[in-house]
Amino acid sequence: MVAMTPAGDFRASYQADTTIFPTRNSRIAVWIGLALLCAAPLVLGRYELGLLVNIGIMGIAALGLNILVGFTGQISIGHAAFFGFGAFASAWLHDVAHIPVALCIPLAGVMTAAVGLVFGAPAARLKGLYLAIATLAAQFILEDFFARAQWFTGGVAGRITEPFEILGWRADREESFFYVVLAWVVIMFVGAANLMRTRDGRALVAVRDHYLSAEIMGINLAYYRTLSFGIASFYAGVAGALYAHYLLFVSVEAFNILLSIQFLGMVIIGGLGSVSGSLMGAAFMVLLPEVVQAGADALAGGAIDRALRLGASISFLREMAIGAVIILFLIFEPDGLARRWRLIKAYWKLYPYSH
Amino acid sequence: MEWALLFQLTVNGLIVGALYGVVAMSFVLIYKASQVVNFAQGEFLLVGAWVCWWMLTEWQLPFWAGFLVTLAFMTLFGIVLQVVVLRPLIGEPVISVIMATIGLGIFFQALMKWMFGVFAKPFPPIFTTERVSVLGLEVQTVYLLSLGISLVIMLGFAWFFTASKHGLAMRATAFDQQVAQSLGVSVPRVFAMSWAISAVVSAVAGVVVGVVNGVSSALSFYGIKVFPAVILGGLDSVVGAVLGGLIVGLLENWAQWLDAGWLNWGNMYAIAPFYALVLILLIKPYGLFGTKNIERI
Repeated sequence: MVAMTPAGDFRASYQADTTIFPTRNSRIAVWIGLALLCAAPLVLGRYELGLLVNIGIMGIAALGLNILVGFTGQISIGHAAFFGFGAFASAWLHDVAHIPVALCIPLAGVMTAAVGLVFGAPAARLKGLYLAIATLAAQFILEDFFARAQWFTGGVAGRITEPFEILGWRADREESFFYVVLAWVVIMFVGAANLMRTRDGRALVAVRDHYLSAEIMGINLAYYRTLSFGIASFYAGVAGALYAHYLLFVSVEAFNILLSIQFLGMVIIGGLGSVSGSLMGAAFMVLLPEVVQAGADALAGGAIDRALRLGASISFLREMAIGAVIILFLIFEPDGLARRWRLIKAYWKLYPYSH
Repeated sequence: MEWALLFQLTVNGLIVGALYGVVAMSFVLIYKASQVVNFAQGEFLLVGAWVCWWMLTEWQLPFWAGFLVTLAFMTLFGIVLQVVVLRPLIGEPVISVIMATIGLGIFFQALMKWMFGVFAKPFPPIFTTERVSVLGLEVQTVYLLSLGISLVIMLGFAWFFTASKHGLAMRATAFDQQVAQSLGVSVPRVFAMSWAISAVVSAVAGVVVGVVNGVSSALSFYGIKVFPAVILGGLDSVVGAVLGGLIVGLLENWAQWLDAGWLNWGNMYAIAPFYALVLILLIKPYGLFGTKNIERI
């Protein structure tokens, strides 16, 4: 769908045509939204802030996966392993090299990108389901590595991490860590939105849309497929590092294939190839268990609860909800929440002439 | 060096590998007929085994009756899944179809855990004699039976695809859907049938494993082990799937032998097939018998 702009707003240059926020009102809305978010710790409780922090972290990881899946058309079922690698890498860098945590986070991203490039080497040749299966193997190999490498991950016992600290300001509570995550979310999302305006970003989309045509037009397929894998791993690594310094403890079990599937679910639900959709998908996926929990709580004590053992099996209900939501979105709204959001905006812009 | 252990593990590998081969075959069946990579194959084993277990324990049916009910249920199950979930996704990109089967996988895995709990539950005893002696080696009756069942299923597949009308229709569809349709093959019916057969065959494998090891969610891991097997054999080759399954079964048992004897890394049993998988993808991505995908502009 074409972006709807007010009458009289003509674009006179390519630069003007590719701005991220096309109208003045949208720019104002972004600043107001950011200001509101900055005020959130003053209003919201710790629990709600914790949810927002989770949405931010998962959103960064989902955005990385969306660059790979949505923009380049490659499939990865091993994203959680890279996410986990970032978490351990950041904790390890801080423990071993005593690098301040604020620097550890981007460094962990770079390390994860390097690992991603190793596993992405097959990605230069493979595509579609062969790559999906290769990354599935990467998931299991990395999980096994986490359990094995005592020096790196602390083995089964896990690894304690230090809180984020910069210039004497410690972010060890939800109220303060929220700002760290917010800053990273802004950096990473603006980065991704800008990437898509560059030659490299357009090359990725060209590889997705028709890789033979792209190759004929002089795009190096192997280079861009591997690059996309590296970028996705970088995002996963940064998100993982943030996750590690938020929980202050990382353990091996957290980064299993279910989390990988959840990341893919966020991308599908948010909308393939949509930067803002990644954040919407992450929000949906983080809030879904809360909704399931609320539903189970509402039924608690009743006959349904006793008959179906809802309270005791809440984790299974959550998994079922994840699976069901992915399938329902694929069947009924394959373009995800991003499209739904565009439709809602269009409805109000054209109101009452939306038909 | 423990040669006796190696021998025992080789026999184990052949038996487990034959089961992998059966599951891989039913995976390839779906892939060939409807171009869907089924990440929920392991859940077919799981659902089938639990249904059979439930029939035998809750309803106290004799084994043959419970087994038949299971097969009937799985036929329906496969058809319903294909019609309700996969049919609307025809023509969608690969990622959508893969995600739909992954979604199905976690949905049914969680559902089974919810209904039957997380702990392994043993089947009621089926055979009166626990173990028999073959060539001086004590083998459990169940293992012999599982090997026999695997062979029967493989022969059944061979017959089905070469001699029966439906099998030929399926091969025609796999070769070219439009041509098959113009020759009077109902493509939607072939799709549904491939899912039904795949579900039934996987369920048989699931029941066999359940009788040997007890039923638990670990069964769904067979669905993951299928990937090394089919990639090794070639994604669209039935013979390759059987061979790939056998190789993966042997490989993981030999890896365990090496591990126990020298390496002491631990967990090689579970992880060796995936190293093999990455290697194969790097060297020969279309497998031993798979057709190389030639694309025209």
